[in-house]
Amino acid sequence: MTRPDATTIVDPMDAEKHPMSRFLREDRMPHIWCSSCGLGTTLTCFIMAVVETGIDPQKMAVVSGIGCTGRVAGYLNFDSFHTTHGRAIPFATGLALSNPELKVVVYSGDGDIVAIGGNHFIHAARRNMDILCVCVNNFTYGMTGGQVGPTTPLTAKATTAPYGSFEFPFNIPYLAVASGANYVARWTALHMRRLKRSFQEALNKKGFRVIEIISPCPTAFARKNRLGTGLDVLKYYHANSIIQHGADPRDATIDMGGKIIVGKFLDEDRPCYRDYVTENVSRQLGGK
Amino acid sequence: MGEDKRVLTGEHFLNGDHASAEGAMAAGCKFFGGYPITPSSEIAERMSERLPEVGGIYIQMEDELASMNAILGAAWGGWKTMTCTSGPGFSLMMENLGLGIVLETPTVLVNIQRGGPSTGLPTLVGQADMMQARWGSHGDYEIIALAPSSPQEMFDHTYKAFGLAEQYRVPVLVMSDECVGHMTEKVVIPPADELPVYPRRYTKQKPGEYLPFQVGKDGIPDMVKAGDGYNIHVTGLTHDERGYPVINAEAQDVMVRHLMDKINNNRDKIIEVQEIDIEGADAVIVSYGISSRTCYRALDMAREAGLKVGMYRLVTVWPFPERQIRELAKKVKSLVMVELNFGQVYYEVERCACGNARTYLVPHAGGDIHDPADILAVLKEAVK
Repeated sequence: MTRPDATTIVDPMDAEKHPMSRFLREDRMPHIWCSSCGLGTTLTCFIMAVVETGIDPQKMAVVSGIGCTGRVAGYLNFDSFHTTHGRAIPFATGLALSNPELKVVVYSGDGDIVAIGGNHFIHAARRNMDILCVCVNNFTYGMTGGQVGPTTPLTAKATTAPYGSFEFPFNIPYLAVASGANYVARWTALHMRRLKRSFQEALNKKGFRVIEIISPCPTAFARKNRLGTGLDVLKYYHANSIIQHGADPRDATIDMGGKIIVGKFLDEDRPCYRDYVTENVSRQLGGK
Repeated sequence: MGEDKRVLTGEHFLNGDHASAEGAMAAGCKFFGGYPITPSSEIAERMSERLPEVGGIYIQMEDELASMNAILGAAWGGWKTMTCTSGPGFSLMMENLGLGIVLETPTVLVNIQRGGPSTGLPTLVGQADMMQARWGSHGDYEIIALAPSSPQEMFDHTYKAFGLAEQYRVPVLVMSDECVGHMTEKVVIPPADELPVYPRRYTKQKPGEYLPFQVGKDGIPDMVKAGDGYNIHVTGLTHDERGYPVINAEAQDVMVRHLMDKINNNRDKIIEVQEIDIEGADAVIVSYGISSRTCYRALDMAREAGLKVGMYRLVTVWPFPERQIRELAKKVKSLVMVELNFGQVYYEVERCACGNARTYLVPHAGGDIHDPADILAVLKEAVK
């Protein structure tokens, strides 16, 4: 079996192959994602970041929940776990605590992470659990056909919000910062170099790190709201974003037709859960 | 830190919850993820103190959904793991008990049963989660559930549950109850060399050869842990031997049949029962957990009244000892089920009796244990 190499992306033995084939489960292709969905782009950035940080791919573990983004775990050729809806974070918590050599990454969607898994998200952030949490936000439940969700912008339409959504949505960076995350960034799926750099930064840190990626759902969200093709939406999000590192996350709300504040909101070095607990407990046990 | 703290060898005066925690420690448990709930919290409290002594980790999760997932994750990280709960918490754990079953993850869940439904009787006994233990998570599966009736058995059964979980790669349930959990009695913990840590079924195959759900000669797949270099993928979706999702009826048949068979084909190895004065009995009590303790008094009273009675005590409730009950029904006039519910395991007894023996239920809503006189009254009828 060919295994991922930490030093190079391209397999020198077979230049005909997809340059990232060593990091993907090619026997799972074709993938289920729609044409012009942003997920593939985010995955490209992620793999590039893993390669460039030189992390041993055999010590990577990727955990996903359910939904379109939930399929990421199934396509990456790392140890990967496709769990139940909303539960990727607590599953990853167990993995990270039992095996501290692992780089544990949760890669899931907005519905999975801040609706059904919202409680796990805020508590993992509070504990500063050693998890990189990648939340791909497409403002809807894509896999089930485009229902309204906790990030759906005000007035946007969905199959279960035919008159528009009048629930106030979550602002994920604000939620993450307020809950105690160590690192919080947001990009759109078209900010490829910047997103890759954020992945690299976050992979090199400990604690609970959140990267939100604003990504088009051409089939459900874009069609329901007459936003054009996936490519149109991808370009639109990119063109309407304002890079503002260190912005107050309270200002990062996303409105239909409004500007999207992207960048790095927070980069701290609070002790992560496992180190903090182990250090303090072993001291009390007399350094045993 | 480690081996010398794993087994608390000696004679102790322990409550059932603490004895269960010590059974887990002796079995090599390294990780506890849980959420406080009466009457199981004493297990969590003891584990929070004991696990750091062996380099393990206790974490109090935000709810029982998270607890169940954390113990699955930590099991795939390479540790032996457990949680405990009761009533409403057991309901919440059902979602990811199913994930544990489908990912064939060894772990242990101790349920100190209280009265239900809903919040019910937080501090008082019940045994009405028995069918939830059997069928609580959606879909078809087979499960292993033990029913301890004393603090000593809380130790023994919890220790044993860890071995069964590893052997059959399945979450194992210890279905205790509030009375047994809070009862304090003598508990004898043997020396460490008599309590080995049951090894995980790690594969001997190399990466590239190994398939996560390819069964061995005994019908059970070998395991790896994350970080071992196998780049495994596992999913809660219906999957093939590679662990890859396959969404069709054929794959469903193969996977579900396997989950059932690995338990059903090993029933005789898994099932443990205790027979008390069965030979020549006219009526035999079938009971488990705290109710079986009440039955000892009823049996004494029945014998004093000249009745020929015995008891068939279920140590393993699931898988149900179908063959044993079928044979027993042919030898006796009647079977009398005593449990703290309005008929759960009773229906299994009735089913397996196949009309060869009359079946009686001594029902009880929970909150208290049976009055032995009520059991005696049924026995008097049952021996006729």
